[in-house]
Amino acid sequence: MELLNTVFIAKAIIVGVVFAITLGIAAYSTYFERKIAAFMQDRIGPDRAGPFGILQPLADAVKMFMKEDFIPANSNKWLFIAGPCLSMLTALMTSAVVPFGDSVTIGGATFDLQGIDVNIGILWVFGIVSLGVYGIMIGGWASNNKFALLGAIRAASQNISYELAMGMAIITILMITGSLSTKQIVEVQQNGHWNIFYQPLGFLIFIICAFAECNRTPFDLPECETELIGGYHTEYSSMKLGFYLFAEYINMFISGAVMATLYFGGYDYPGVEFVTQQFGSNVASFVGVGALIGKSLGFVFVFMWVRWTIPRFRYDQLMNLGWTGLIPLAMYNVVVTGFGILVGKPFMVSIAGLVVLIAALFVYDQLLVKKKIA
Amino acid sequence: MEISNIWYFLSALTLLSALMVIISKNPIHSVLYLVFTFFCISAHYVLLNAQFLMAVNIIVYAGAIMVLFLFVIMMFDLKKNIPESKSSLTKLAGSVVAGTLLVILIAIIRKNTIPGPALEKFNSQTGMVENLGQVLYGEFLLPFELVSILFFVAMVGAVLLGKREAGERNF
Repeated sequence: MELLNTVFIAKAIIVGVVFAITLGIAAYSTYFERKIAAFMQDRIGPDRAGPFGILQPLADAVKMFMKEDFIPANSNKWLFIAGPCLSMLTALMTSAVVPFGDSVTIGGATFDLQGIDVNIGILWVFGIVSLGVYGIMIGGWASNNKFALLGAIRAASQNISYELAMGMAIITILMITGSLSTKQIVEVQQNGHWNIFYQPLGFLIFIICAFAECNRTPFDLPECETELIGGYHTEYSSMKLGFYLFAEYINMFISGAVMATLYFGGYDYPGVEFVTQQFGSNVASFVGVGALIGKSLGFVFVFMWVRWTIPRFRYDQLMNLGWTGLIPLAMYNVVVTGFGILVGKPFMVSIAGLVVLIAALFVYDQLLVKKKIA
Repeated sequence: MEISNIWYFLSALTLLSALMVIISKNPIHSVLYLVFTFFCISAHYVLLNAQFLMAVNIIVYAGAIMVLFLFVIMMFDLKKNIPESKSSLTKLAGSVVAGTLLVILIAIIRKNTIPGPALEKFNSQTGMVENLGQVLYGEFLLPFELVSILFFVAMVGAVLLGKREAGERNF
């Protein structure tokens, strides 16, 4: 019973710390989003609240809470409130299976720096991602507004379409690792054997799907302001709107962490052995946590970079890319990976597969161009 | 807390939410209660140490099929399309038939003891992914592949029905 208690307390602390880190990073992502947008558009960005505008998230939070909390007259009241709550819930739940670090030994007891190590780890991520759309759909429908409903329906169809390609990209990772556990997926990639080298095409598919699942530009059609006013959150105000926006930033950070786990070695970093020899394994583990968070922040930066660079897709383009572009590519990737494992040279075969694909696309394009001219 | 208490609580919750699916007037509420019922069933899978079935249940039913249900129901104009209530005679007949069925089922279950798995053969790890995969791709490989062909046929049929025919539109 005593052991159970210490394990329980340790897990509670880990969950609490992950929760705090996630919320803190999500809050400061809003600040950096504006700073990066300002940098790209040759502006200064927020600089009034505190030095360099560093207190801007705090000021935003105060503003959000102080505004009038309005519920439209003909809306479905409880579902209207449930929408943002569900969005936040599903955004926060994914981090439970992300391994944030290797094990740490304190007072003779060893703890894994991970919420739960279940042997279905990656399926948990996939399940929660597929639930993420409920918050948007319920909120959009309960607003009793045609534009909000359109946004909600767009979000649902977009998420369902891109989940398929995402699942097939994950399948190749499972084929290489031979396990569903996120911990094992990371352990296989230790010492620089990162999956990105074996799965460049899979990573490309996965990151595009991650953009679509997070509703980020260029796939932010559910909240497309030129067509739908504000999309699913048209009727929302005050902190309910804040939760919707906040959930998006949490999703960005968590999907960055998942991508780092699946493709970039998780908490692996160059020089683990050196740090372990010099400072002991505990310090090495904590540096690993820093490495994982650093990688995730790198992905958050990519999300922002793309948002301020690429314009929004049209809706039929989005569906075309998902169904006729990414799903066949993901299937091709599964076949190539399977062949690579069969031959016993996964690295060579994956690169060869990519080269063959690019060559085939190039030839196809050339043939098509000649036909058009003739 | 005893594990059986959790089981009783979960079962009560499952039955309650399943009842709410058919009681609630608003179809959207029904769908959401159904999603909740699927979550309760997934929790039962966890109690049975079948984590893989839990995850798949959530992904397939709660995550994909129910989203499509919600999607379709949201397209309706609910105020116009609510079906009129049945007459009280129909309701009475329905309750009598359902009640009789319930009584028969309870009687059968009370009379017979359902044989559980033999204790010496019992393996708590049966529900894990590895063992499930061994069974699916070993012993039951042929049925498994046949099911995939069935799905493929259904998919081709759906695409064929959804495709717009050349010429005049009939619908």
